Amino acid sequence: MAESRGMFFKSAVVASYALMLAPVVMVIIISFFRQEIISFPPEGLTMQWYVNAWERREFARGFVTSLQVAAIATAIGVPLGTAAAYALARAKLPGREAISTLLLGPLAVPGVVAGTALYMFYLRAETWLDQDITATLSGLVAAHVLLTIPWTVRLVTASLQGMDRSAEEAAANLGARPPTVFMRVTLPMLRPGVVAAALFSFIQSFENLELTLLLVGPGRTTLPVAMLSYLEFRMDPTLAAVATVQILLVTAMMLITDRFVRLSRVI
Amino acid sequence: MSTLVLDRLRKRYDRTTAVERVDLTAKQGELVALLGPSGCGKTTTLRMVAGFIAPTDGRVLIGDRDVTQVPVHLRNTGMVFQAYALFQHMTVAQNVAFGLEMRRVERAEREKRVAEALRLVRLDHLADRMPRQLSGGQQQRVALARALVVNPAVFLLDEPLSNLDAKLRAEVRMEIRALQQRLGLTTLIVTHDQEEALTMADRLVVMERGRVRQIGTPEELYENPADVFVASFVGNCNLVAGTLERPGSFRTQSGTLLPCTSEAPAANDGLVLALRPERVTVTPGEGAPGDIRAQVTAVTYLGAQTEYHLDLNGTTLRASRSTPLHDDPLRRIAPGEKLTLSWDAASARLLPAETETGDET
Repeated sequence: MAESRGMFFKSAVVASYALMLAPVVMVIIISFFRQEIISFPPEGLTMQWYVNAWERREFARGFVTSLQVAAIATAIGVPLGTAAAYALARAKLPGREAISTLLLGPLAVPGVVAGTALYMFYLRAETWLDQDITATLSGLVAAHVLLTIPWTVRLVTASLQGMDRSAEEAAANLGARPPTVFMRVTLPMLRPGVVAAALFSFIQSFENLELTLLLVGPGRTTLPVAMLSYLEFRMDPTLAAVATVQILLVTAMMLITDRFVRLSRVI
Repeated sequence: MSTLVLDRLRKRYDRTTAVERVDLTAKQGELVALLGPSGCGKTTTLRMVAGFIAPTDGRVLIGDRDVTQVPVHLRNTGMVFQAYALFQHMTVAQNVAFGLEMRRVERAEREKRVAEALRLVRLDHLADRMPRQLSGGQQQRVALARALVVNPAVFLLDEPLSNLDAKLRAEVRMEIRALQQRLGLTTLIVTHDQEEALTMADRLVVMERGRVRQIGTPEELYENPADVFVASFVGNCNLVAGTLERPGSFRTQSGTLLPCTSEAPAANDGLVLALRPERVTVTPGEGAPGDIRAQVTAVTYLGAQTEYHLDLNGTTLRASRSTPLHDDPLRRIAPGEKLTLSWDAASARLLPAETETGDET
């Protein structure tokens, strides 16, 4: 009885993993199919879609733009989010609940809605400030910072809540001023949370489509937007090739991060 | 190293008073224990000395300096936390060096003092380990070294032994006391363990619900408890309610007369006789007329000690003595048998009765 139940759970686990990984595996396989219209069985295997992806410069450019945006947005959003999480956890702020809900807000609003709202806001701001905002890198980065903050606040808050305050008190007792306590003790203790927050922020920003869609300009699209535009005209496995590269990149980042911080312990 | 003075120290939260008013002077090199059940305000008091909690009223003086308004990092106290609070991302040596670094002690001097401090707690061979690689007792010693290396004016210990197992606890207790005496550190230790307090402290402060019940040496507290709470919290004690029949004779509520020559507190009605179990001598047999007789209700063998639960016509008493030898008739005493009791009438203390007492010992 116990054994059959064990078997049942094992197969359930295997089935759920299969279900989650199947699309990913399919994408990777399809990227090597020779025929343009996807069908089984493949007529043969080829690398031509990778070559095509490389030759169509919009993908390479989109890739670079995406990396840029994700890196800058993470570099801005993670420190901001960490500071916010610290303040929310430690300072006796009036309206703490409200601020916390506000910071997590972007997670609750559908990306397309937030994107449209931002687009309209940017247009207004452009006329007030007499300056381009939509279709600029800074406009895009600003929008993506909104994606990184909720993730950071969530992950860092979780770390802060599980943290024993007495090490910080010990540092103060040994003569450390509050900023020193933060830099020398609190931050190192929060490191796993902050690293995980940076990773997730980066991925969120890198693969974001909905929020980005209205905010990019010609010649400055991100990779997901470039892929979408390609899809409007062609349906060949080039996209699968691009996606495969993207999957490999994200996997590599996760593995590398996991070497430094056990992600399973943080999330 | 300095004296420590708590001057009418008080801490109120919205509705409740955590610490009612503590007056205490710890002399240079003295070890004072704050003793009491959980929630009695002892930890709050210690944290007010360290500066983690701001008192509502009163002052904290270290040496001659009023530090009540001084922030934690400028107070120069050395604190050992209950769960050690080591910096998990630093090595043992880095942990110990932290306080010196904050004091801008130059590197060569710092390394010398860290090595010295680690030698003091016999951990010099583990300087490069990370805290999580050490046992509980070793982590405790790192915490001690870290607090001591900065030459604190006052040494503060918050339940330092509560995370250690019983055997280690006795060992570390001795070690802390020896260190403290050797370095002449003015020390405040918080504990709920009366044995720990009695064996380590020069003086004890017994607290209950934010109030100081009594301050005194272990001997004073044990021999001369000020009230029923102290008598029951420090050591074991028989507490029998009754009245003073006439000088030298105490009448229990069930009517038994017990000898007692100690002085009665002002109010005669509502007294409690406090008598330590080991002061009661038990002899087998009925004794002579006029002797105090009791029936044995239970005998508890505790190894070195044996405890006798006795009934004196409705008044219960406990007596304890070192376990009698095999050929001693007392060894064969069983429940239901009769014993004769005696004690020095001066060793039975009279205390004012309390409305709410914790006379469960």
